[in-house]
Amino acid sequence: MDFTYDDEQDALRDAVRGLIGKAYGDYEKRRQTTKEDPGFDEKVWTQLAEMGLLGLPFSEEDGGVGAGPVEIGIVCQELGRVIAPEPYLSSVVLAGGLVSAVGTPEQRQEILGALSGGESVLAFAHAEPGARWSDSASAVTASQDGDSWTVSGTKDPVLHGARADVHVVSAALPDGGTGLFLVQGADAQAEGFSTYDGGRAARVTFDATAATPLGTAGADVTASIAIVHDITRIMAANQSLGAMETLLAQTTDYLKSRKQFGVTLNTFQALTFRAADMYTSQELTHSLVDWATMVVAAGKPEEVADAAARVGLQVSRGGRHVGQEAIQLHGGIGMTAEYSVGMYTAHLTVLDHLLGDAGRHLKVLDATLDEHGVIDPLDRS
Amino acid sequence: MQLQLSAEDEKFRDEMRTFFTTEVSEEIRTTVAEGRELTKEQIVESQQTLNKAGLAVPHWPEEYGGRGWSDLQRHIWNEEMQAACVPIPLAFNASMIGPVLAQFGSKEQKDEFLPKTANLDIWWSQGFSEPDAGSDLASLRTTAVKDGDDYIVNGQKTWTTLGQYGDWIFTLVRTDPEVKKQAGISMLLIDMRSEGLEVRPIELIDGGHEVNEVWFTDVRVPAANLVGEENSGWTQAKFLLGNERVGVAPVGSTKRVLARAKELGAELVKDDPLLRARIIELENELLALELTALRVVAHSEGGEPHPASSVLKLKGTELQQAVSELVVDLGGPDTLASGEEGDTESWYRRSTPTYLNLRKASIYGGSNEVQRQIISRTILGL
Repeated sequence: MDFTYDDEQDALRDAVRGLIGKAYGDYEKRRQTTKEDPGFDEKVWTQLAEMGLLGLPFSEEDGGVGAGPVEIGIVCQELGRVIAPEPYLSSVVLAGGLVSAVGTPEQRQEILGALSGGESVLAFAHAEPGARWSDSASAVTASQDGDSWTVSGTKDPVLHGARADVHVVSAALPDGGTGLFLVQGADAQAEGFSTYDGGRAARVTFDATAATPLGTAGADVTASIAIVHDITRIMAANQSLGAMETLLAQTTDYLKSRKQFGVTLNTFQALTFRAADMYTSQELTHSLVDWATMVVAAGKPEEVADAAARVGLQVSRGGRHVGQEAIQLHGGIGMTAEYSVGMYTAHLTVLDHLLGDAGRHLKVLDATLDEHGVIDPLDRS
Repeated sequence: MQLQLSAEDEKFRDEMRTFFTTEVSEEIRTTVAEGRELTKEQIVESQQTLNKAGLAVPHWPEEYGGRGWSDLQRHIWNEEMQAACVPIPLAFNASMIGPVLAQFGSKEQKDEFLPKTANLDIWWSQGFSEPDAGSDLASLRTTAVKDGDDYIVNGQKTWTTLGQYGDWIFTLVRTDPEVKKQAGISMLLIDMRSEGLEVRPIELIDGGHEVNEVWFTDVRVPAANLVGEENSGWTQAKFLLGNERVGVAPVGSTKRVLARAKELGAELVKDDPLLRARIIELENELLALELTALRVVAHSEGGEPHPASSVLKLKGTELQQAVSELVVDLGGPDTLASGEEGDTESWYRRSTPTYLNLRKASIYGGSNEVQRQIISRTILGL
């Protein structure tokens, strides 16, 4: 049991913070970047590639770096700290994670190599209107004609779906189950839009669109989607933690500098106690984020699913608490678009709803409630 | 970053688990499991069993019975003890005055008191709070005036937990009324059989007799019972109150109560989604708390305490209280009935007194408002 980072991990954090802090440390830069399509900075994306961060999760033979979940978590925390708009979570962790889990060796080398090099942005076209957080597809269907496959139907929301060079598309298979397919960005019909946190998503429509099976043609990969979803939930929790830490830091700075009634706001215990409770939420979240990330590293899928639900529940509760209080303790300025805390809170809300909120996680944990007496985090491995 | 315990710590945990579940009296452990009150004799017996095996005061200096364990090992010791329903060594002895004497006491005081303190041959009481000195402890008014080789002590202490069992009491007394209030305090050890010392019970909201007032009327105390220098008591008080990093949050016992509540309330819980959601949330928060405690012990080796340690008392007591509240709600109208019958019935009948009693947890040991003050000032710099 060890919660400390080694020197290389510390160095990684410093390097990512240096790069991404330079890009978005000034919140106004993030705000300007997200005003124009594609909603992120292609130069920053290239820099992330040059630093090896886009290939972090993938094996060296696939063109990646072969780093572990702790390293990916560090990157996500740092991106969250400045709410960087680059599609790291959706493109690298989620879509890339699926290619890595399901793709043939050739597909992995080609697609993950290009992703790692910053030459290609991936999107996971999976969510279907009204389907909430399913691991399977139903509205989008796959059809087979000899060796050729096509997909039809609508996916929405697809993060960065309008910018994607390649879509990883989930579709209901003719014989049941869910398969994954690759569709070139140019072949899909994507209507892009801005999300309320300045991000980008799209409604992507396929109409008998030519599609290449990812991995074995016709194989049901619902279980692989579930695992990659769970890993992405845990990395999203890392990202949320970074955002929460910034929210608290900005709130305490503000309480120390803003004056009313001739004194700084930290004179008022009604406010400082609320900040103390934000700290408690942040630290409890931090502990579960570190633990869940280590559970991914230990690599047992059923434990990863449980850990994803547990950290997700905490992040949902803690993230809302910290976000709402950050705005309240700032007062009117916290409501404005040019000040950052409102946008951080919006971003936390996106992450909360992307792959499942507290309600979803409670349902998952309900299924195993009767199977244990006490929960022992030291007994897991 | 590593989830597993090392092989060495894994072995250590197995040893602790085996000892606690086989060597400590079954009757005592059952009493704890069922949430019944322990007698003085049971508390003493349990601590002496631990002390004999070197497990009562492992955090003390090794020459006085300490074991030189890592903080993580102490955490494991503490958690396994709670999980096995073994009473934790009496806090006034093991966690409070023992470490203070080991740090600040004279050679004579150490030799005289530490072995008996570890073995609970002496039952210590705490004489800190006064009617007008609660969270503002330094405003205490009990006086000690030098008279030859003695001090003459006058005043009143209160909230003295289990003072009815006490042999000795460690007190904070005012030895200099002229200086800044923190600078005029001394720590004095007082034999509770002294003439002029009177213990008066305070009945609490659970109907029990757990705390007392202790009155001092011209009590004569040898000056040799002063701990450290005169007027250095505030230093010792801060050491005593801030010394602990392990076992700050009652994680293991709260987990155990929650598991027992699930077991005894299984029929009710089975089909009630609201109760199930409540239990899941509590389990998750307890997990977050336990992991925070682990982060703290893993980080605090030798250095300053990890800042997150300040959330342990606050959250730990909140969850302890929330679980006790759940048990009352599971019992519903059965909690009103009297008598001791089956396991479940008796458990529910004790639940409300326990719930009421545990309101103390967010008040003692630095109230949770004091904890918020520490977080906002010391950690957040507000």
